[in-house]
Amino acid sequence: MNHRQRLGGRGLALVAFTLLAVSGCGSTRQSTLEPESHPARLIERLWWWMLGGSGIVFSGAVSFLVLAYVRRRRSGLPLFGEREGLMTALVVAFGIAIPVVTLSGLFTASNIFVIQKTSAPSASSTDMTIEVIGHQWWWEFRYPGSAAVTANEMHIPTQTRINLVVRTADVIHSFWVPQLNRKIDLIPGQENRILLYADRPGRYRGQCAEFCGAQHAHMALEVYAEPPERFQTWLANEAAPAPEPANELARRGQGVFLSNACASCHTIRGTDADGKIGPDLTHVGERDMLAAETIPNRLGYLGGWILDPQHVKPGNKMPGLNLSGPDFRALLHYVDGLRFEAG
Amino acid sequence: MAIGVSTPEARRRIGRLERIWEEPSGLVGWLTTTDHKRIGLLYFFTTLFFFGAGGVEALLMRTQLIGPDAGVLSPEAYNQLFTMHGVTMIFLVVIPMSTGAFGNYLVPLMIGARDMAFPRMNAVGYWIYAASGIFIYVGLFIGRAPNAGWFDYVPLASKEFNPSMGIDFYALGLLFLGVSTTMVAINFIVTIFKLRAPGMSLNRLPLFCYAFLAVSFALVFALPPLNTALVFLELDRLAGFHFYDVAFGGDSLLWQHLFWIFGHPEVYIIILPAFGIATSIIPTFSRRKMVAYPFVAIAEVLVAFIGFGVWAHHMFAVGLATVTAVYFAAASLIIVIPSAIQLFAWITTLVTGRPRFATPLLFIVGFIVFFIIGGLSGIMFAAIPFDQQTTDTYFVVAHFHFVIFGAAMFPLLGGMYYWFPKVTGRMYYERFGQASFWLTFVGSALTFFPMHIVGLLGMPRRVYTYPDDLGWGAYNLSETIGSYVLGAGLVLILVNLTVSLFRGRPAGNDPWAGDTLEWSTTSPPPEYNYAVIPVVSSPYAMWDTEDREADARRLDRGELTLEEGHETVSTTAQDAVLDEVLEMPSESWSPLLVAVALSGFFALLLTEHFVAAGGFFGLTLIVIAAWHWQEPQEA
Repeated sequence: MNHRQRLGGRGLALVAFTLLAVSGCGSTRQSTLEPESHPARLIERLWWWMLGGSGIVFSGAVSFLVLAYVRRRRSGLPLFGEREGLMTALVVAFGIAIPVVTLSGLFTASNIFVIQKTSAPSASSTDMTIEVIGHQWWWEFRYPGSAAVTANEMHIPTQTRINLVVRTADVIHSFWVPQLNRKIDLIPGQENRILLYADRPGRYRGQCAEFCGAQHAHMALEVYAEPPERFQTWLANEAAPAPEPANELARRGQGVFLSNACASCHTIRGTDADGKIGPDLTHVGERDMLAAETIPNRLGYLGGWILDPQHVKPGNKMPGLNLSGPDFRALLHYVDGLRFEAG
Repeated sequence: MAIGVSTPEARRRIGRLERIWEEPSGLVGWLTTTDHKRIGLLYFFTTLFFFGAGGVEALLMRTQLIGPDAGVLSPEAYNQLFTMHGVTMIFLVVIPMSTGAFGNYLVPLMIGARDMAFPRMNAVGYWIYAASGIFIYVGLFIGRAPNAGWFDYVPLASKEFNPSMGIDFYALGLLFLGVSTTMVAINFIVTIFKLRAPGMSLNRLPLFCYAFLAVSFALVFALPPLNTALVFLELDRLAGFHFYDVAFGGDSLLWQHLFWIFGHPEVYIIILPAFGIATSIIPTFSRRKMVAYPFVAIAEVLVAFIGFGVWAHHMFAVGLATVTAVYFAAASLIIVIPSAIQLFAWITTLVTGRPRFATPLLFIVGFIVFFIIGGLSGIMFAAIPFDQQTTDTYFVVAHFHFVIFGAAMFPLLGGMYYWFPKVTGRMYYERFGQASFWLTFVGSALTFFPMHIVGLLGMPRRVYTYPDDLGWGAYNLSETIGSYVLGAGLVLILVNLTVSLFRGRPAGNDPWAGDTLEWSTTSPPPEYNYAVIPVVSSPYAMWDTEDREADARRLDRGELTLEEGHETVSTTAQDAVLDEVLEMPSESWSPLLVAVALSGFFALLLTEHFVAAGGFFGLTLIVIAAWHWQEPQEA
């Protein structure tokens, strides 16, 4: 195999990789290449244009290297021979002139035009605000003007410009839902803002993008975009306090919750539990996943999580509880029953 | 062409030089040496050791990431390993290998000097580097390695969120290392400005040395912000200050600014020596001079300079004002131009020369290909919205591994093959050399290329595991397989060079028909480098046959042989006109003792024994004073 074929092989591999990326294997719910909003789509388009330009530069430069290999026994430039001035001119053309032109184009497109759509939205241009508070290692979402507080699973109305205000309760995190927009860091002592917008209903996965300690890998979130009417129903439900325990077992479970460490870290609106360390559990039964999208919210997983959270997510701040069998079953039943009254 | 030893007179002079420059043999010789070549070798073997450690860390991480939800490493172990991998490769491998090993060994040879300007400071630099490396690694061996990333962002690295001693190992270890790096940089600057061979005016300085000059200036100016950041951090952690503590009016972004004011010039500090090596290997193997020499020289210096104006492009997601971000994006695009100039100067030189694709040049071609990929993805980060989308994802990991491994490490690997005959006097095995190139090249591509894709598919950096339903598994598997192939390639290089050391055929002085002065002396070079100080009239001194014949005649006449003492010549900074003859210091125990005393100081700071630490600091000063009372030994 000669050098040229080898280089050709690399090019093929590159194309193959790219195709694989586009076709995608598995879900693309966190992919920058499957945008579901205008800003994310602009960024994606910027990427394909840059990839195209890069492809041209790369193939051009590599074909020069191939030329160097083919002409390895002859000196001087093809056609022009040993003309030092011309060689320098080539370096100036490819090293200065062409980059100045193309980079100016890139600068204008990205940093003058696209950036307008991805910068923090002006206050008057948005229809609602959602507050994001990052914690090690979960997300708190608040809806100003409503009592609704939830964790890790954010509900938003579709086709609505949302002013997302982000801050942190501890270290630096970064809020990132690639299909909807670029990321924004959560910086101590600072409020950052970003536009959140979804074209159509769907579940869009996001994940903390700034390293934040032991469980950075398990600090994910889901954005549920719903038609505005359905969202309004959800918001009203979420704003309501927790349902009264429905039966004796649940009542016992509530007692276990309030008399153990649970209540000092978690809030259940409508009860005495008002801890601020962990997620608000008022309607935890409505969520699809637990522990910042780490495990499914099903009874078996929930039980395992309550008994031995350090096994599921080592290093997280929830202690394991030493409960009697009946207490544990009652607690499990109570927590699982924390759902919307209507639903 | 070697300098012929034609006359009994010349032989007598060489005999005298041998005697004057001889150092003790055995272990004592290595512990007390001030010979830049032996110090270079000490650096080389130490960096090789750390390279092995950093490589094993990488392989462990890749093994953990081989598939979703793997359980090879605990989250804490993974976080310590990725932190140590970054700290090791950047601080303990690439910079000391390029400056400490390659620069130390080659710069004095290329400029026709007999040693670095400050030989004992050079030795202190090495011993402090080795001691600080061990210091940082002690943390790993007692299970308390730093775990907040090589970038060590606060408040995650503050006492409140990270009471582990690991962060103190990091901060004090890097301060300790910074002492060494600063010394090395100052030494290069003075050496390159003042110890060049007569006739080697600045416009005849080999481009390799331009790269090291630029790197050294960048280091001198980049380290103070890092040191400031580290001192603030330790004051916060050990003494209850609040530089980074928002609750007391501090600012966590202060750390990021200070760190990246250092950290981005650092990227160019890492890559410039590689550029220098490329501009040494390309002319030799293309059998022609570099195209556009003055453009390349200016570009090397400009890269180092503009590198100081781009730091905030690491911070586009922290919520900077748009105008600030746009300024730094523009600067980040401007710095593309000096890099593009060098790239096309290399390519044009290859096209117009008659290149021999031997192992060293293959590594340089691999470097060029990888540098183009890493450079192009780097340009994309100057498009602010795209940066904000892909920063902190595997796309960035892909980018900087193409730059740091592909573009900075490949020339170092090529350089190992290129200068192996000079350093050892033996040739390596070409066939195995080429095989090792293909293994490392394919391994690197397989490891680092899929990271672009998996980053675009949404995989963040620094995660110890990932779920199986996001389509990331196949790419991660490829990366892990690639990392094993890459590891095999690196082992093959090591085996090839080790076997060649004992069995390789004799290389002679100049096996490549090289372009710079180091090829004119014997392989390996004698302690005094050159029996006669060469006189130079172009940047490609070794191709000026008449000059080298004139050197031989001057040896016969005893002109510029300086065989009366332990001496080298100093020339004027710009035009390299003979200025004076310098008496050079010889071997000494003091450098090692300084490093030992300073180790005590940092170890006691770490364990918060401040009074005892003060004692060791005093001891360090006493050793330095004692060293300066010692008169240089007469011949």
